[in-house]
Amino acid sequence: MNPEIQGRQYPPTPPYLVGREKVREFARAVQATHPHHFDVEAARAAGHADVIAPPTFPIVIQELTLRQLLDDETAGVDFSRVVHGDQRFTATRPIVAGDELTAQLTVTSVKSLAGNDMVASESVITDASGEHVVTATSSLVVRGE
Amino acid sequence: MEQLEVGQVVAERELRFTRDSLVRYAGASGDFNPIHYRDDVAASVGLPGVLAHGMLTMGAAVQPVVDWAGPERILDYQVRFTRPVVVEPEAGAALRVVAKVGRVDDGSARIDLTVTVAEQTVLGKAQVVVKTEG
Repeated sequence: MNPEIQGRQYPPTPPYLVGREKVREFARAVQATHPHHFDVEAARAAGHADVIAPPTFPIVIQELTLRQLLDDETAGVDFSRVVHGDQRFTATRPIVAGDELTAQLTVTSVKSLAGNDMVASESVITDASGEHVVTATSSLVVRGE
Repeated sequence: MEQLEVGQVVAERELRFTRDSLVRYAGASGDFNPIHYRDDVAASVGLPGVLAHGMLTMGAAVQPVVDWAGPERILDYQVRFTRPVVVEPEAGAALRVVAKVGRVDDGSARIDLTVTVAEQTVLGKAQVVVKTEG
């Protein structure tokens, strides 16, 4: 892997429109049961514009930025040897159906340890008005050959 | 929200993953890596079997806390993927989640998750920061 990608920033991703049924589908997939993920009236009664997404839903938008990194041939990350090391979401507010979200990834660190490479990145997810929604950080371990 | 004390268990749950759960998560998330649904591919890369997506384990493990606190109160959630979860074709996988108060701050609390399969921890440093005021 190319150590010089530390600090590299990729262009913001095209807007991702969060669909109500996608929120429900994702919520079912993570075995969520809370009504604010499924029931529009319950979500509105709690002050949301529509159903809200589960805490790990931002992975779907972050994934678009990780794809930029993995597709960058100059970065040299071999996807077939990538293992997810850790993951974090830091939210300003929940994602709501109807949001149009954009994400921008920065490579925060590149390290080599015991024959493996580790790349840490931060994807900042903002809404259509440019306000911060959630930051997704992850480290990928690229296993040595 | 009630007065919280460090060490207090706020939620507990048994989760079950089957191959159906993995296919469903693949579709919902867009992660179609075949190690999550094909035994032959998992074996060919030296894995002990078809594995659950780490993000499925992360996403499902927080649900007891979501139900307890409300999804809009989850401010921060992090995990380390320390051990893969093998999902058998018939038996699936059984996970146990225990959520305990790890720390109480002004306006928020840190909830620590212990997530185990057959008594072995599968997530490390699994911490959820929950808003407690308002």
